[in-house]
Amino acid sequence: MTNSFQNKAPLLEVDRLSVDYGLKGNSLRAIDGVSFVLRAGEAVALVGESGSGKTTTAMAIAGLLSPNARVSEGVVRYRGERLPIDDDAAMRPHRWSETSVVFQGAMNALNPVHRIVKQIAEPCMLKLGMSRAEATARAKELLELVGIPADRGAAYPHELSGGMRQRVMIAMALACRPSIIIGDEPTTALDVITQAQILKLLGELRSQLNLALILITHDLSVVAECCDRVMIMYSGRIVEDGTVAEIFADPKHPYTKLLIDSIPNPANGKKMIRPIPGDPPNLVNRPSGCAFHPRCPSAMAVCTTEVPSLDKFGQGRVACHLHQSLQNKVTVHA
Amino acid sequence: MRDTADILRLENLQVHFPIQGGLFDRVLGRPSGAVRAVDGIDLTIGRGEIVALVGESGSGKTTVGRVITKLAQPTGGNLLFDGRDMSSERGASPLRPYRRRVQMIFQDAYQALNPRHTVFDIVAEPLRSLRLVENDAQLTERVSEALTGAGLNPPGDFFARFPHELSGGQRQRVVIAGALAVKPELIVADEPVSMLDVSIRAQILQVLVDLRDKHNMALLFITHDLPLAWLIADRIAVLYLGKLVEIGSADDITYNPRHPYTVALLNATPQIGGDADRGKLPALQGEVPSAARVPKGCRFHPRCPLAFDRCRQEEPPANEVGPRHMSACWLAK
Ligand SMILES: Nc1ncnc2c1ncn2[C@@H]1O[C@H](COP(=O)(O)OP(=O)(O)OP(=O)(O)O)[C@@H](O)[C@H]1O
Ligand SMILES: Nc1ncnc2c1ncn2[C@@H]1O[C@H](COP(=O)(O)OP(=O)(O)O)[C@@H](O)[C@H]1O
Ligand code: SF4
Ligand code: SF4
Ligand SMILES: [Mg+2]
Ligand SMILES: [Mg+2]
Repeated sequence: MTNSFQNKAPLLEVDRLSVDYGLKGNSLRAIDGVSFVLRAGEAVALVGESGSGKTTTAMAIAGLLSPNARVSEGVVRYRGERLPIDDDAAMRPHRWSETSVVFQGAMNALNPVHRIVKQIAEPCMLKLGMSRAEATARAKELLELVGIPADRGAAYPHELSGGMRQRVMIAMALACRPSIIIGDEPTTALDVITQAQILKLLGELRSQLNLALILITHDLSVVAECCDRVMIMYSGRIVEDGTVAEIFADPKHPYTKLLIDSIPNPANGKKMIRPIPGDPPNLVNRPSGCAFHPRCPSAMAVCTTEVPSLDKFGQGRVACHLHQSLQNKVTVHA
Repeated sequence: MRDTADILRLENLQVHFPIQGGLFDRVLGRPSGAVRAVDGIDLTIGRGEIVALVGESGSGKTTVGRVITKLAQPTGGNLLFDGRDMSSERGASPLRPYRRRVQMIFQDAYQALNPRHTVFDIVAEPLRSLRLVENDAQLTERVSEALTGAGLNPPGDFFARFPHELSGGQRQRVVIAGALAVKPELIVADEPVSMLDVSIRAQILQVLVDLRDKHNMALLFITHDLPLAWLIADRIAVLYLGKLVEIGSADDITYNPRHPYTVALLNATPQIGGDADRGKLPALQGEVPSAARVPKGCRFHPRCPLAFDRCRQEEPPANEVGPRHMSACWLAK
C-alpha cells in the first residue's frame, strides 16, 4: 500500500531535533534526534507511553517550549523555511497561525469567569487585529464549525460538559486559520461516545479546511480510525513509523508488537492480559544502546551497546537491530 | 472450590439528590424535584465474581460505587451485603465492620494521594483506623503483604517514598495496596486505569484478577471502556441515566448485545483492524441528559435510532433475552 500523501511537498519537516530540559543544573534529554515529515492534509499519530516525549515534540514544533527547555540539535522547517523555535520573539508571528495546539487536559484550562464566545474572540483580536465586533462574529462562526450552536457562546465554561469544552478548545485552536493542528491527548479524559464525536469532528475539520493533524495519544486503538500514519515513540526517540494499516497488520518493532498485544480486542477473541514487562524508561539514566533493551524479549548483545538508527524499511521506518541486521545482509549480498 | 453465593445484592436501589430550589422557586411554589442519579437498579455480585459497570460519563456509575461503599445514602430500595440489609446503617462505628469487608478504589485517587505521607503511612492508614492490627510488627507485615500483592516489590523499597517519587503506575498501585491491606471481600474500583498507559494498565488489571483468583475477592469494576470490561469481567452491566439497560455475560454483551445503547457504546469504541461490520446503527448524537430531567417512557428514547411511539410513553421493563441476559428495551424479546 502506498501513502497517497507521499508525493505532496512537505508542509513541516522535523530534522534530527533534540530538546533538553534544564533541572537544578542537570540537563535531561527529553527528545533525541526526532525526524519526520508532515504533508498538507495528512493525519499522523504520535504514540508512546507517558514521558516518551510526545508533548515535548509537539511544543517544539509549535514554538511553545517551556523556559527551561533548550533545542540542542536539529531544525524545524515550515514550507521549507526554518522556524526560529528557540527564539521567543522571532517565533511570535508564527505561533498559532501555522501550527496550533489543543493541549492535554486543556478543557479544564478555560477561564471560568469569561463567557466562551469572549475567550474565542480574544485571539482573533490579538493575532488577526480584528475589532471586537468582527472577532465576536468570527467566534460565533467558529463555534458553529465545531458543532456548538452560536447562541451557546454566552455560556460560562462550568455550564458545559467536558466534550463541549473540548470543542471550544478546538474552536480556539482554529481561530488564526492554521494549517497544522496538534491534538495532545484531546480525548483521553472523555468517555467513548464523546471521544468518538470529537475524533469525528477533527476528521471533518481536517477535510473541510485541508488541515494536517498530529494526534498525540497513548492509546493505539484511537489512531486506527482517524490517522493515515503512526509514529511510535519510546524514550525520546521515534522507533517505528508506518501507515496505520502496516503498523497494525505487520508491526516491525518489538515494542510496537507488545503495545498492540496489550490492547484488549474482542474481535480476535483472545482474552488475555498481556502487560509489557518491566518499568517505563526513565530519562535520568536512559539505558545504553537501544533504550528498550531491558524490556525487550528479543534483545541481543548489540542492543545494549549500540543505538539502532531509524532506517527506511518497506514503506516506513524502524529503529531496531533485528531489522538492521536483516537489511545489512541484503545489501552485502546485493 | 469457589463459594458462589451472592455477596452483594442491590434491589431497586435509588439515590436521588434533592435539588435546592432557589428562593425565587420557593416563593412561586415551584416543585424543586430531584437529581435521579441512581434510579432503581437490581444487581447481584457473587463471591469471587468480577462485574463491570459500564456507561457514559454522567450515567451514575460513581454514585453506584459510593452507595455500595456507604459514602452515599440510598434514598430507596435495598443494599444487601452477605444477606444483611445495610441500607440504613450509618455512622463510623456501626459501619466499621462493613468497611473491613468492602473497599473502594477512587477514580481520582491518582491525584488524591496525600503528597506529604509516605507510601507506608498511606497503606497503613486504613489498617490503623479500622483497628485491624495490634502492634507495629503486624502493621509492617500487613503493609508489606499489600504492597507485594499490588506488585510493588520488594515492598521495603517503597516504605519511605513519597508519591512524587513514584511513577504513575506505581502510584495507582499504592492506591490499590491501600484497599488490599484491609483484605476486603468486595472492592469497588472506579475507572482505576482509564488515565494510565496501556502497558501499566495491563499490570494493574493483572493485580486485580490475581486477587480474585487467590482470595476469591469480588470486584465491581467501573469503566466506560467495553473491551476492557470484556477482558476483565465475568458479567457486564450497562448503565444509562441511572438505570441498568442490559446485563449479561461479558461475551453476550460484547458479541450479542440486545440493547441499542450497548450497541452504540460498542460502535463508538475504536478498534484495531477496525473496519469490521460497524455502522448498523448511526452514531449517537448529543450527551446523556441531566439526571434532573429524566425523559418519559424509555429514558434512552431521545437518542435512540430505533425509538418508536411506545418508547416515548411507556418505560420498558427488564426482559429476559437469554440465560442470565437481561435487556430493558421494547424490541428485545
Ligand atoms: N518543563 C520540564 N522540565 C523538566 N522536565 C520536563 C519538562 N517537561 C517535560 N519534562 C520531562 O521530559 C520527558 C518527556 O515529557 P513529555 O511531556 O514530552 O512526555 P509525553 O510523552 O507527552 O508524556 P505524557 O503521555 O505523560 O503526556 C518526561 O520525562 C518529562 O518528565
Ligand atoms: N452530590 C450530588 N448532588 C447532585 N447531583 C449529583 C451528585 N453526585 C452526582 N450527581 C449527578 O448524578 C448523575 C450521575 O453522576 P455520577 O454517578 O458521577 O456519574 P458517572 O460516574 O457515571 O459519570 C450526574 O447527573 C451527576 O451530575
Ligand atoms: S534493538 Fe534490540 S533491544 Fe531494541 S527493540 Fe530491537 S531487538 Fe529489542
Ligand atoms: S425501548 Fe425504544 S427507545 Fe428504548 S432502547 Fe428500545 S427501541 Fe430504543
Ligand atoms: Mg504529554
Ligand atoms: Mg464517575
